[in-house]
Amino acid sequence: MFRHVLKGLPIAAVALGLSAGAAMAGKANDTLVWTTDREAAVADPYYNRTRELVIIGNTVWDGLLFRDLDTGEFKPLLAKSYKWVDNTTLDFELRDDVKFHDGSSFGPEDVVYTVNFVTNKDNGVLTYKNVSWMKSAEKTGPNSVRINLEKPFPAALAYLAQAVFMMPEGHYDAAPKDAQGKKDFGAVKPVGTGPYMITEVVAGDRIVMKKNENYMIGGPKGTPQIGTIVYRTIKEMNTQIAELLTGGIDWIWDVPKDQAERLQDSGQVTVENAKTMRVSYLAFDVDGSSNTKKFMDKRIRAAVAHAINRQSIVDNLVGPASVVIHSPCHPDQFGCTDDVPKWDYNPDKAKKLLAEAGVPDGFEFDIYAYRQREYTEAVISDLAKVGIRAKLNYMQYRKLRDLNWKGVTPVQHMTWGSNSIPDVSAITGVFFSGGKDDPANDPEVNKMINEAGTVTDPAKRKALYKTAMSKIAGELYWLPMFTYAKYYVFNKDLDFKTTPDEIPRFYTAKWK
Amino acid sequence: MLIYFLKRLGVAVLVALTVSVLTFSLIYLSGDPAMALAGEEATEADIALIRRVYGYDQPIIVQYWDWLTRALQGDLGRSHYLKEDIADVIFTRLPNTLILAACAITFALVLAIPLGVAAAIRPNSLIDRFALTVAVVGQALPSFWFALILIFFLGIQLRWLPITGTDSWMNFIMPAIALGYYVTPGVMRLTRAGMLEVLQSDYIRTAKAKGLRPIRVLFKHALRNAIIPVVSLAAVQFGFMLGGSIVIETIFSINGLGFLAWETIQRADLPMMQAIVLVFSIFYIVITFLADLLNAYLDPRIRIS
Repeated sequence: MFRHVLKGLPIAAVALGLSAGAAMAGKANDTLVWTTDREAAVADPYYNRTRELVIIGNTVWDGLLFRDLDTGEFKPLLAKSYKWVDNTTLDFELRDDVKFHDGSSFGPEDVVYTVNFVTNKDNGVLTYKNVSWMKSAEKTGPNSVRINLEKPFPAALAYLAQAVFMMPEGHYDAAPKDAQGKKDFGAVKPVGTGPYMITEVVAGDRIVMKKNENYMIGGPKGTPQIGTIVYRTIKEMNTQIAELLTGGIDWIWDVPKDQAERLQDSGQVTVENAKTMRVSYLAFDVDGSSNTKKFMDKRIRAAVAHAINRQSIVDNLVGPASVVIHSPCHPDQFGCTDDVPKWDYNPDKAKKLLAEAGVPDGFEFDIYAYRQREYTEAVISDLAKVGIRAKLNYMQYRKLRDLNWKGVTPVQHMTWGSNSIPDVSAITGVFFSGGKDDPANDPEVNKMINEAGTVTDPAKRKALYKTAMSKIAGELYWLPMFTYAKYYVFNKDLDFKTTPDEIPRFYTAKWK
Repeated sequence: MLIYFLKRLGVAVLVALTVSVLTFSLIYLSGDPAMALAGEEATEADIALIRRVYGYDQPIIVQYWDWLTRALQGDLGRSHYLKEDIADVIFTRLPNTLILAACAITFALVLAIPLGVAAAIRPNSLIDRFALTVAVVGQALPSFWFALILIFFLGIQLRWLPITGTDSWMNFIMPAIALGYYVTPGVMRLTRAGMLEVLQSDYIRTAKAKGLRPIRVLFKHALRNAIIPVVSLAAVQFGFMLGGSIVIETIFSINGLGFLAWETIQRADLPMMQAIVLVFSIFYIVITFLADLLNAYLDPRIRIS
């Protein structure tokens, strides 16, 4: 206990002003400080599922492949080339000029180690879905490696480009053990090959990344420009804005529309609204397991769909980069199609459908939500105009998903970001392949979605998804609502390009 | 005194144990901890795997018993989310919370006690009205709103003080004022009421009749007696500041225990939550015990009873 008290004393000294001070933000200090409201505690993208670690993962680590956002093409990154041997085998030739941040050389042993480690269920990676499609990896030559898949998985390249980061061989051997001897793999000091290297992690406060001066030449990620990048946690949006305006930080996002517009008017900062891969949807209790059987009736679901003015929510609350969607997917994802039955805004039709369903005066039900309360309140307001009275139950995500799995939610207003994977399997594979998250467990839809998730012929995949999505939209198992858009606000001196997948590439940023 | 101490200690241990059982149960009632750890984009299979690997598939009572037996041996375990030794995390963040709470209570006492005394000496005067205004504003103004006003004027407009972090003593000025001001009205009103009552007492009249200097009468005889309930209140408020400075720590981004507690509840990090509850319980126990000792020192009647 005394040891811990002693450990705390330097912190007290720092707090009393005996430290050298925090990294200053801005061009003059060549330090880009970006902030979100989430605590980035662990600097290991396999042991933290937050968006922040996806961003840091792409900044500090590299995958075998890289997705060119302009063309959608998958380019080699740590690999020099790749080829499909068959539906379940991928071969890679690796670059021989890459070094890890600790100075060791990158090679096929590292790929084999990483793949075999993260796919071992006992190692408890938190992002298991991102790696579970891989069966194993094996070295096939001095600079070549093979990845064997569990089964045909057409989205493999997307995952390899965005979610499978390479660690040095034996990296997790250094994991500390708890009193029972169980290893805590997420606590290992981070070592990657990426454009920036982590030099300091203060859990809950900041992660400091320095430019990797030895980063590979000629790679698709380019050459890092800014000397230091710091991630800081600031929970309160007003405080974030105050720090941005006074030069304490350089970059924030998720700024509410009204505040973003006021900041834009002030002219002190750059404001941009950009797409994300996240979509909003209403999921209905189609099988009638909740306290109301009303949503088993398709006419009721259709009435709800016609009653909600999705375009108005997009225009007034979300932002110009958002669009109304009709399919259960993001338009940028491979396999997503808008050619499905659509439910336009038509309150009169909604009232007519309610009358046909035997509830001309509307009815009351519980709607559940966890994110952007104002969006759900807009939905409730629209429903009230046709006589449907929705009572809001707003709660934490984990509680809501728990209730959904228990089948007690008549309607839930949810979102899904697909881990920014640009393939429709990252959303339909979760919600329409059967299971607790599937609102309908429609055997026909399940069969098509599962087949589309393993077929490698792109045309056949698209056809399967189109048929499945037409049924999902037509039967209204979900009412797809709109894509999310985010307001980014940043330092005017910063040359930063927003991206459509909610993964800011800070390694491409530079000072004007 | 020893029996009194042991009795208090026994009650304190029972309170800590009860609170810890309640916390454990409430975390489960608020949703699946495995789902919280897995995050928003986790699939059903991901969550099932996490439940198994992190032991959340065990019966709740088994999980609690495991935690309790280890805690009694001094092992608070490792945080499932932060991936750090829990004792290290707590003792790294504790100084920030202690400094904030100490600064805030100091600010509150320095403002409230002289104002309370002054208001009692001259009831219904200008100073009494001023004290009343301070009290009403302090009670009416939510601390988060007051904190944002401070940030706007002192941080953005005047740029006198840093807004977030804990890098220098200046970082603690605004949070201490925001947190301390919330406590000021209660302390001030209690001081004023106590002083008003004491100043009417016979022994004060006697002291004045003996020809003692007014300042001596005021501070040695009157304030010493009037301040006894203030000590108890300040102790409770100090405990509240240690555990309840969540809002202020969040607004000023102070990496302290209150902020940690809030984050821990959000992500249902069970072992960390249990440890924090234990630490907060110990705080309250120690602080209220010290307040009792101080009161006993100030008032001999308490010692005798």
